Amino acid sequence: MQTLLFLILFPILVACLLLFVKRTTLRYAVVALSALVIGGASIYLLIRYAFEGTVYFAAPSEAVSLAMVAIEMGLALFIVYMGAKFKNYLAIVLAAIQAALVVYLEGMFSGNLHAVNNLFIDQFSIIMALIIGLIGSLIAVYAVRYMETYHHHHPEVRDRQRMFFFVIFAFLAAMFGLVFSNNLLWIFFFWEVTTISSFLLIGYSETAEATKNAFRALVMNLLGGIALVVAIIILAATEATSGGIDLAQVLASGDTATILIPAVLIGFAGITKAALMPFSSWLLGAMVAPTPVSALLHSSTMVKAGVYILVRFSPVFAGTFAGFSIGLVGAVTFVVASAIAISQSNAKSVLAYSTIANLGLIAACAGVGSYMLVWAAILLIIFHAVAKSLLFLGTGAIEHRIGSRDIEDMEGLIVRMPKMAVMMFIGIAGMFLAPFGMLISKWAAIEAFVLTPFGLVFIVILAYGSAVTVFFWAKWMGKLVTVTRNQEKVEKGFFEEPWAPLYIITGLVAAVVLLFPVISSLLIEPYVLAIYGITARLGQANIAIMLLMLALLMVLPVSFLLFKRSAKHLPAYMSGRTATPDLHFAGSLGLTREAQTRNYYLNEYFGEAKLFLPGAVICAILILASWVLAGVAL
Amino acid sequence: MTWTWLIGAVLFLVLAPIAGGLIAGIDRKITARMQGRVGPPLLQPFYDVGKLFEKERAVVTTAQNFYVLAYLIFIALSGALFFAGEDLLLIIFAFTLAHVFLVLGAYAVHSPYSHIGAERELIQLMAYEPMIILAAVGLYMVTNSFLVADIATTAVPAIIYLPGVFLGFVTILTIKLRKSPFDISTSHHAHQEIVKGITTEFSGSTLAQVEIAHWYENVFLLGFIYLFFAWNPVIGIIAVAVTYLAEIFVDNVTARVRWQAALKSGWVVAGGLGILNLAILSYMMTGGA
Repeated sequence: MQTLLFLILFPILVACLLLFVKRTTLRYAVVALSALVIGGASIYLLIRYAFEGTVYFAAPSEAVSLAMVAIEMGLALFIVYMGAKFKNYLAIVLAAIQAALVVYLEGMFSGNLHAVNNLFIDQFSIIMALIIGLIGSLIAVYAVRYMETYHHHHPEVRDRQRMFFFVIFAFLAAMFGLVFSNNLLWIFFFWEVTTISSFLLIGYSETAEATKNAFRALVMNLLGGIALVVAIIILAATEATSGGIDLAQVLASGDTATILIPAVLIGFAGITKAALMPFSSWLLGAMVAPTPVSALLHSSTMVKAGVYILVRFSPVFAGTFAGFSIGLVGAVTFVVASAIAISQSNAKSVLAYSTIANLGLIAACAGVGSYMLVWAAILLIIFHAVAKSLLFLGTGAIEHRIGSRDIEDMEGLIVRMPKMAVMMFIGIAGMFLAPFGMLISKWAAIEAFVLTPFGLVFIVILAYGSAVTVFFWAKWMGKLVTVTRNQEKVEKGFFEEPWAPLYIITGLVAAVVLLFPVISSLLIEPYVLAIYGITARLGQANIAIMLLMLALLMVLPVSFLLFKRSAKHLPAYMSGRTATPDLHFAGSLGLTREAQTRNYYLNEYFGEAKLFLPGAVICAILILASWVLAGVAL
Repeated sequence: MTWTWLIGAVLFLVLAPIAGGLIAGIDRKITARMQGRVGPPLLQPFYDVGKLFEKERAVVTTAQNFYVLAYLIFIALSGALFFAGEDLLLIIFAFTLAHVFLVLGAYAVHSPYSHIGAERELIQLMAYEPMIILAAVGLYMVTNSFLVADIATTAVPAIIYLPGVFLGFVTILTIKLRKSPFDISTSHHAHQEIVKGITTEFSGSTLAQVEIAHWYENVFLLGFIYLFFAWNPVIGIIAVAVTYLAEIFVDNVTARVRWQAALKSGWVVAGGLGILNLAILSYMMTGGA
């Protein structure tokens, strides 16, 4: 239990310490050391509890719960203050409703508000803790130098780095708390802290746009928060049959009819936090924040909290129409967001839409909730966390060097920033190519949906969605590997430090790809087995084939040596006009013109304007349907 | 564990280029006859590839050779896995990986014509992939297995249950065989509006590798067609031959369409024929039972 408490409390300590650190070098030392400690502690957690199954701890409750309520009230007051300052009255109303509900809960059901055990750890929590502890803290390390450069490039932004790093570490602490809590009131508390943290981080630059987007994220997440309190009130009111606020007892409750409504409400909270449609706009708006924030929100915190709670509750969703409806929200989000990603040329937009798409896929698996799908969902969470953090941090580093985050401007990166290009290549490959990560999960999902009643709907969506995914990733990859002439290398810049976290995360991507059978058998399969009494796994033959493909992919680059010597270099074919190697050709009137290549964005088919609204409307209807269906089941 | 699967893989790796080359020769003969010409000798494709290997080695960038080699190897691998009787979905994903390599090769050379070819190849990929996945799922629904070995030895006449899926698959087969009207990224016809699209900058032995990969690919695709008729090998082989003839015929009587039409066609056949077919089938299996 000490490790759990340490992981929750130590980041808070670091956060407070960072409030007083002014100099970047000192901050770098503190953050890097803390990252080492937090990462080490999460690995220790793995070693200590990986083989123990689920372990519960009766952590102290009375005083802690009081403190939590007090902090919640403080946060509500803070929202009211901010809402008044920026004239966002909706946020005030929602915060007031939420606070009133918490007071009602504490007042009316004070007798029912105790869990037998407040903390717990199982394999799924270990996986989440590793994602938070390793990736989250690496992003924090990267952020130190990034923020220095950021302020160098943006002198107009007020330097509030001390607050920035305070929030980042508080965020990590809240995430740890969230995945270790067995008490739903505690989960709610940490849930609210993540909402506020992301609000503060998104609004960091204090521009009108950043403030607007921060409030949008806040309002949407407050909606989810309200649903979460209502769910807890229902559970507390029906403690006898539902299990009250004890997560384990709720999940083990035989009374599916009673717990389905709270489960669907908690699922709704998950949908808002995971930025599924129609709530995806907050995550897109969050792009205004400095890139490490996006990396953090997308890979190891915030949205992962949303899918975490969905996967936790998927045994309740399994086999119900309400769960099926939530799954459809995810599936529709997957295909619509993937399609919109085609029309985006801003790298961060593409990454954001692909995150939304992947979260949709995870939600689709969690909502339908068969044991194979839960297996696939957890695998997706892992692969998405490592690959996406690499891509975001890479995009940030590229942006600082070439001054743009447009994919078109990344043309020829393999020449200009070879190391970075290779890392981005690995990250992108991890997102969509066989035999890497996401693909295994997609494949497992297709196999699982075949066995599900009405699973055909999901298969069709997956078939189209994954085809679309290939298009937008491959064209980005293509831009990266384009070999351009007469380009300078710009890999070295003012600040070298961000590279260390990048290398480590690239190593993590490779490790996860290579070790996924081990991760699956060590952590995911035991978890699924414990929940469902049956578990999924890939056939030995298939694993062998995938390893063979991986080996081929690693050997193939050796062939570069083969081609190095002999071949004669010629300029590209330009329809017979005299051409220079860098695509200049002799035009009319003796002028030399440059030919340019640009990718297709197919806006008239896949534009945001065309697809977003229908997708959002369908998802909103499906969410309402999930409520109605949960009510009917009662 | 039996080793019979290895025989299938090795036989494919050795024989598929020969079969693929012969099919290409027959294809050119029949095409010529349809156009009132005599046509080249049956073995012309082999002569062509042989000549390519003797050409001077010229590249725009050395990286292109790497991607094309990777393309060839992964096409051969997906075919070998297919004839070894492995998991159909895994094979489809390996097949996609192979094409991504070809596309990257075209991107790497940084040339306007091959760039447009690469984009069009990706659009084609996007157009046909849903239908291929639906075909695999359809075969699963009929035979209860994704393993090619099980599907190929089934006693169930899959085609009876999957006529829509089959027609959808034949439609996208036109894209995969690089035949009109969907040969938008490159084709075997001379100088067209985008020169040679994705293969513009490949020459000599590299171009020969693309050609050989195409032979492998065609044998693999015809094997896929066979699965629909696998319950009776004789009918299966006849069906494959008839399908291929029909593809040649379509190739000769249609003009190339624009990419918009190719994308829509691929998606509409998958959506119309494929999904409808599978929906009826799943209704029969669950509701009808």
